[in-house]
Amino acid sequence: MKFLFSGITIRVTKKVIESNFVVALLANSKMESAAYSQSAAAAVHSSFREVFDQYSWDEVSERIYSKTEADVIGALENAGNASINDFMALVSPVALKYVEEMAQRSHRITRKRFGNVIQMYIPLYLSNECQNICTYCGFSFDNRIERLTLNEDQALREVEAIKAMGYDHILLVTGEANRTVGVDYLEKMVKLIRPQFSGIMIEVQPLEQHEYERLIEAGVSSVLVYQETYHEENYRIYHTKGKKSNFHYRLDTPDRIGRAGAHRIGLGALLGLEDWRVDSFFTALHLDYLEKTYWKTKYSISFPRLRPAVGCQQPNHPMSDKELVQLICAWRIFNENLELSLSTRESQQFRNHAVKLGITSISAGSKTNPGEYANHFHALEQFEVSDGRSPREVADMISSHGYEPVWKDWDKVF
Amino acid sequence: MKDLTIANTNFHSRLLLGSGKFSSNQIMAEAIEASGTQLVTVAMKRVDVSKNESDIGNFLRRLNVQLLPNTSGARNAKEAILAAELGREALETNWMKLEIHPDPRYLLPDPVETLSAAIELVKRGFIVLPYLHADPVLCKKLEDAGTAAVMPLGSPIGSNKGLQTRSMLEIIIRESKIPVIVDAGIGAPSHAAEALEMGADAVLVNTAIAVAEDPVTMGRAFRLAVEAGRMAFESKLGAVSPFAEASSPLTAFLD
Repeated sequence: MKFLFSGITIRVTKKVIESNFVVALLANSKMESAAYSQSAAAAVHSSFREVFDQYSWDEVSERIYSKTEADVIGALENAGNASINDFMALVSPVALKYVEEMAQRSHRITRKRFGNVIQMYIPLYLSNECQNICTYCGFSFDNRIERLTLNEDQALREVEAIKAMGYDHILLVTGEANRTVGVDYLEKMVKLIRPQFSGIMIEVQPLEQHEYERLIEAGVSSVLVYQETYHEENYRIYHTKGKKSNFHYRLDTPDRIGRAGAHRIGLGALLGLEDWRVDSFFTALHLDYLEKTYWKTKYSISFPRLRPAVGCQQPNHPMSDKELVQLICAWRIFNENLELSLSTRESQQFRNHAVKLGITSISAGSKTNPGEYANHFHALEQFEVSDGRSPREVADMISSHGYEPVWKDWDKVF
Repeated sequence: MKDLTIANTNFHSRLLLGSGKFSSNQIMAEAIEASGTQLVTVAMKRVDVSKNESDIGNFLRRLNVQLLPNTSGARNAKEAILAAELGREALETNWMKLEIHPDPRYLLPDPVETLSAAIELVKRGFIVLPYLHADPVLCKKLEDAGTAAVMPLGSPIGSNKGLQTRSMLEIIIRESKIPVIVDAGIGAPSHAAEALEMGADAVLVNTAIAVAEDPVTMGRAFRLAVEAGRMAFESKLGAVSPFAEASSPLTAFLD
C-alpha cells in the first residue's frame, strides 16, 4: 500500500463517502417525513472498513512523527475548519511545544459553540459479568472475582440514589455476558428506568442493528463503543478470548449503531494500550466517515486513559497529563461540534483544569462496580476512580470556573 | 418608536434573547434586564417539567418577561409537535418558536418538516414563530399557513458572521405581512443595528451576549444598537446615491 497517501487514494475515499451521503439524502427525501430513520443509509450498507483498509498503521505513524512546527502552525490557523491532515499535526510530538496556544484556541472555540455550560452525567454499572479476556480490564473473565448482575429491585435502589444526587442523564454499563446480560436484559432495564431520566446512554457489548433499534425504541438516546485500539495485529494480543476478539465486528459496530438511528454515538480509543497518537488519528478518521454517512447523529469522544486495575497489565504506551491536554485540544480544533467527555478516571486536579480546555461533559461521584450507589455490595470495579468528589462538589468546582453545570439537556419526547 | 406587535401582543423591545450558553442563571437574569428584552426563548430539552427550583424554566418564569419555548432537539415535525405540546403544558403558553434541525452540527433548519409542523401547530392553536432559512418563498408559505412571524437566519447559528443572507432578507422584509425577526448569526451589535435599519421587525440574539466576557454590558450594547437601528429605519435613511448633485439633466425640460 505504498500509494496510500497519494492524492488519488484520498480523493477516491472522499468520493466514496460523499456518494453515500448523497444517496442517503436522496433516499431520505422519499421517505415518510415524520419517521426518523436512517434506513436510507442502510440500503447503501457502507462500512468504515472500506476507508480503514486504505491506511496502514506504520505509514500513519511515520506521517505523524514527521510533522513539523510549520504544519502545527498551519493547523492552528485552520482552527474551526481543520482537516484530518491538520489533526495529524496537532497530535504530533512537535505540537507539544504549542500546547498553550492549542489550549487557548480550544477554549475559545468551545465557548463559542457550547457556551459556558458543562453537561453532567453518571455511569450505572449494571453488571461485571464478562466472557471476554482483555488484558487491561478489571472485568476480564480470567479475573477470579465474584460476579454480579443487578436485578430490577437492586437497579431501582441504585437509580433512587442517583436521582438524589440530581442526575437526569445516565450511562448504563455492562461487560459482555450475552446469556445473562443480553439485549433482553438491557431492554428490560432501559424500560424500567426510562421514566426517571431524560437521557439514557449505554456502553455495552457490540450488538446487531436490530438489537440497537430495540434499545433505541425502549429509550436509549446514545450508544458508546470504544475500539480500544485500531492496531489490528496487536488487538488480538489484548483480546485473547470471547466475542470481543473479533476486531472487524467491533470496527463495524458504529455503522450498525448509525443505521439503527441513534441520536448520539460515542467513540474512543483506550489511551495507553498502543501509541495514542496513531490510535487517535484512526478515531478521527472513523469519526469523519461516520459524520458524513450518518449525518443526523451527534458524536462524542471520550478519553479513557489506561489506569491501573486489579490483576492487569500496566499501559504499554503511558500518556502524560500534558499529552492528554494536547489530545483534548487537538480534537476541539479539528471539530468544533464534538462533545468531549471526561470521566472520573482522571484526577481531581486534572479535571479542575480540563473544564476550560474543551471538555463539554463530565461525570462525578461515579462508582464503577455494580450496586455500589445504594446496595453496597463492594463488588469488583472496572477501574479505580481517581476523582472521588461528590457531584455537588464537582458542580461547585464547575461554577467557580464560570460555567453552569447542566443536569438536563435532552427530553424523552425526542 | 413604534411597538413591535406579534399576534396582537405589543412589545416595546425589538430584541429577543436566547437563554442558552450562560455561565449562570444569575448572569442570564442580569443580561436579560440590561438588554431590555421582553421575549426570551427557552429550549424545552433544558426544562425539567417535574420539579426543582434551580430549573431554568422555573427560574425564567420568575422574571418579568414573556417566555417563548423552542423545540430545539427536534429533527422532524412529529418530534417538534411533541416538544411544543410539552412546552404549552409546562410553561403555560401557546407561543412556540418552531425549530427543526435534523443535522446536529450546523443546526440548519429543515424547510420541509418546518412547514408541515407549522401547519399542524397552527391548527392546534399555537402562536408559531418558525426558524427557517432566508427563503422568501418559504416565508410566504408559512405566512399563508398562519404563523405569527417568520425568523429567517442571518448566517449559520452561533457563527457570529452577521447578515450573510442580506439579499434574501431584503426580499423577505419587503414582501412579508407578518413580523420578520432575524435569527441566528448576529454576532455584534452592529449586525443587529443593520438588520433593524433594513426594516427587520426584530432580532434574536443568544451566543453573542451569553459568551461575551461581560454579558450584562453586551446585553445593554445590543439594546442600544437595536433601538438605534429602529430609529434610523423609522426616520427613513437617506438613499445611497452615486450622484453628488440633485439636478435632473434628462427631465429638467419638464419644469
